[in-house]
Amino acid sequence: MSTSPTPTNQLGLTRQDYTGGKSTLCVGCGHEGITLQIIQAAFELGLESHQVAKLSGIGCSSKTPAYFLKNAWGFNSVHGRAAAVCTGVALANRSLKNLLVSGDGDSMSIGLNHFTHLIRRNVPVVYIIEDNGVYALTKGQFSATADQGSALRWGQVNELQPLDPCTLAMELGCGFVARSFSGNPKQLNTLLKAAFAHPGTAVLDVISPCVTWNNHESSTRSYQSAKNREIPLHELGFIPAFHTPQVDIPAGEAQEVAFPDGSRITFRTLHDDYDPSKLTEAWRLVHESRDRGELLTGLLYYQPGKPTIHEVMKTAPTPLTQLPQSALKPGPEALQEIMDELK
Amino acid sequence: MTTVNEFSIEVATVNGSGSQTANNVLLRAIFQMGMPVSGKNFFPSNISGMPTWFQIRVSRKGYAARKPEIDLMVCLNPETAEQDLAKLPPGALCIYDEPLNLGGRRSDITAFGVPFQALVAASCPEMKYQRLVKNMVYVGVLVRLLGIEPEEAGRALGRLIKGKAEAMNRAAMDAGYQWALANLPDQGKLLVQRLPVEQERLLIDGNTACALGALFAGVTVVGWYPITPSTGVIESLTEYAHPYRTDPTTGASTIAILQMEDELASAGVVVGAGWAGARAMTATSGPGLSLMTEFIGLAYYAECPGVFVDVQRVGPSTGLPTRSSQSDIKLCAKASHGDTLHINLYPATMEECFRFTYDAFDLAERFQTPVFLVSDLDLGMQNWITSPFAYPEGKLDRGKVLDEAALKEVQAWGRYKDVDGDGIPYRTLPGTPGGKGAYLTRGSGHNAQAAYTENPAEFAEGILRLKRKILGAAPHLPLPIQVDNGAKRGVLAFGSSDPAVQEAMDILREAHQMPLNYMRVRALPFAEAVGDFLRSMEVVYVVEQNRDGQMAALLMEFFPQEAPRLRSVLHFDSTPITAQTIVDQILSQEM
Repeated sequence: MSTSPTPTNQLGLTRQDYTGGKSTLCVGCGHEGITLQIIQAAFELGLESHQVAKLSGIGCSSKTPAYFLKNAWGFNSVHGRAAAVCTGVALANRSLKNLLVSGDGDSMSIGLNHFTHLIRRNVPVVYIIEDNGVYALTKGQFSATADQGSALRWGQVNELQPLDPCTLAMELGCGFVARSFSGNPKQLNTLLKAAFAHPGTAVLDVISPCVTWNNHESSTRSYQSAKNREIPLHELGFIPAFHTPQVDIPAGEAQEVAFPDGSRITFRTLHDDYDPSKLTEAWRLVHESRDRGELLTGLLYYQPGKPTIHEVMKTAPTPLTQLPQSALKPGPEALQEIMDELK
Repeated sequence: MTTVNEFSIEVATVNGSGSQTANNVLLRAIFQMGMPVSGKNFFPSNISGMPTWFQIRVSRKGYAARKPEIDLMVCLNPETAEQDLAKLPPGALCIYDEPLNLGGRRSDITAFGVPFQALVAASCPEMKYQRLVKNMVYVGVLVRLLGIEPEEAGRALGRLIKGKAEAMNRAAMDAGYQWALANLPDQGKLLVQRLPVEQERLLIDGNTACALGALFAGVTVVGWYPITPSTGVIESLTEYAHPYRTDPTTGASTIAILQMEDELASAGVVVGAGWAGARAMTATSGPGLSLMTEFIGLAYYAECPGVFVDVQRVGPSTGLPTRSSQSDIKLCAKASHGDTLHINLYPATMEECFRFTYDAFDLAERFQTPVFLVSDLDLGMQNWITSPFAYPEGKLDRGKVLDEAALKEVQAWGRYKDVDGDGIPYRTLPGTPGGKGAYLTRGSGHNAQAAYTENPAEFAEGILRLKRKILGAAPHLPLPIQVDNGAKRGVLAFGSSDPAVQEAMDILREAHQMPLNYMRVRALPFAEAVGDFLRSMEVVYVVEQNRDGQMAALLMEFFPQEAPRLRSVLHFDSTPITAQTIVDQILSQEM
């Protein structure tokens, strides 16, 4: 009896090879959809797991690196400061692909300072914010991204203005800013693949409903609310640097943007006037759309050319962790020279 | 009475006026004449316009601690002139700016007015520079007054000041010298006479020594945030990294020094880089260290190597940012919530600032834990005479790291398994190919396999192993220095208290017939020799520069049986400890 062969990627690995441990999140959690698409994107891209560093802070979202890419090293660090850990990892070993998973509490409150400076420095990382508008692990307090007027399950209404990770990232000069919805796997998958091709900081704010604390009728972060309000900006396609026959390119007139590694993202605009390469216009449209209560998703802004931290700092092309002692420890003559200067 | 090569000078000026350069020229000129000399800058937490004092102690006996009795005062600051004059002991000399009119105010001292403004105006035609070179006039006056060789003063100036400023400063110094030659009588009280130099010596500050230790240890990643008095460590490292850690052909750097948004992030960089396999460090001071404690706890529990240099200032809170203390002892020992103990190194000399920083990187990777270099402002920012540093021979100790080949041989690897019985597990680094060795590091409860656990036995096993690991480091740390004078009573001290303790022991022996044994502790966890010393003494005076006896508390924790023998000698008024303070406190407790 023959069975159809399990699909493999260009490394000969199956999708199973990119999975992780058993999730302990609530059944139906939005984060699970993101985990699935990380696994799928890594599989499709043929990432070498050992070359991926998974970084996270504290919270439900930050637990998820245990649930994907079991053969990648991961660091579930402290609340809000995975960006700083990631900066250290990037400086130490520039050959690693950094994947940071954070939440709205983790990134927009306790870790906001580090989030902003990570972007400012353009540290190479795919930075995912699994955005559910609440602190779920401490049982449902509002986070800083909660929409004004959104209510908690027991009726408390958020009166404060939300922070928007995407417009903030745009303002900070981030070269890749995207918003997606964990209930839109196709778009999320494409954006994740494109984010991995981006050489600097790529921010993905993914609306990810919390089924336990924030999925009721009066919440603006429920599956239903997100589904009702979502307006995809464009139909996206991603063409990796290597060519495979299964590339999913949207039909019709499509624009194309190339990344430095040779891969390309294609998109067919669904929204009038939207050009994600024009910062101020993009920023204005995202704002206006938000004011209308819409949830604009897609690649909101891209500018792949901005120099990364490595280019700015002129760090050696060889990862610093791989330099031999001869490159690290100056010889006795160097010490002699320095001592002589001080005599 | 002639006091050749044994006296103290104090210069009272206003900060931001170029006095620091003038003081260093004076210090260096005396140093070049072969003299043991030390300088202490008492500067305000301010950019310009506030009082600043510089003390130079010339001591043929080699005493380098602060000496509060001033033999020669230079009064240039109208704001403090009264108090500066008042604190002089009878018989002292005073040089003052003529308009201050201090002559004849005290009949028991000798005071000379110097027309600084007239002299600087004549020697420096450019008005805008007069304020900055004015201080060099007193250097010239003192060169003449104290018999400092003018050639050495000229050589010192040439080393410290370059370019256009050199000629202007030289002219100002010469104007002071010529004026003193013509107007001041020979004084026979305080003189500097050349001493034969038996061995090579150099002048350096502890922050630079520390930076050099890191440079030679092959530091690759530095995350830092500016804070007095630690900033000099990173500035100096940056300066030396340029010639010694840049690829001459590509211009690429083999070190990444990144100024972070705060100390939390600086510690995060150290932890992340250490986890990824880099030799990582930061330098900070009290308030910064307070912010770093969360990450330090993570590094301790998740077992990430990293070097933390703490240049102590006066706390709590902002405290006195430009004054020295030893009041972070407790914090460095136990930084973090929960149960921790960290490896601490306590340098007391420039050679130790260099070597201990170098060693800190080996220790951090050997024991997979944060290691603290516990310095202070007195060591870090003042200039000290030292022998040239010995080159640290040998290979860098990268600790127990399994690479691809080693992982192939290992049957059942577990990140936190105590394979060798020393509490130190084997680690793997991200990016290692071969499909083995990946794991998820976490600050939450974990078992030997690095998996999350809430199992009480597994959790307890983990933190007990950590305790065993850190205590097991003691024999591998710098051992204490012991001086056995055959006494039944002893002194225990550490760090920058050492010069004052040595001087105090001489005073107690010579003037009070009270010889003492001495132990200088150089690391935590304490070596067995520390317990042996405490047990062998009837009484041990623990000298430290903090209010609460933080080191004594650690000693009592480690050696509770010896607690009754310990008596504290404490100094915490924000000035560096003096020998007399130690003598007085010991004598009062002997009553």
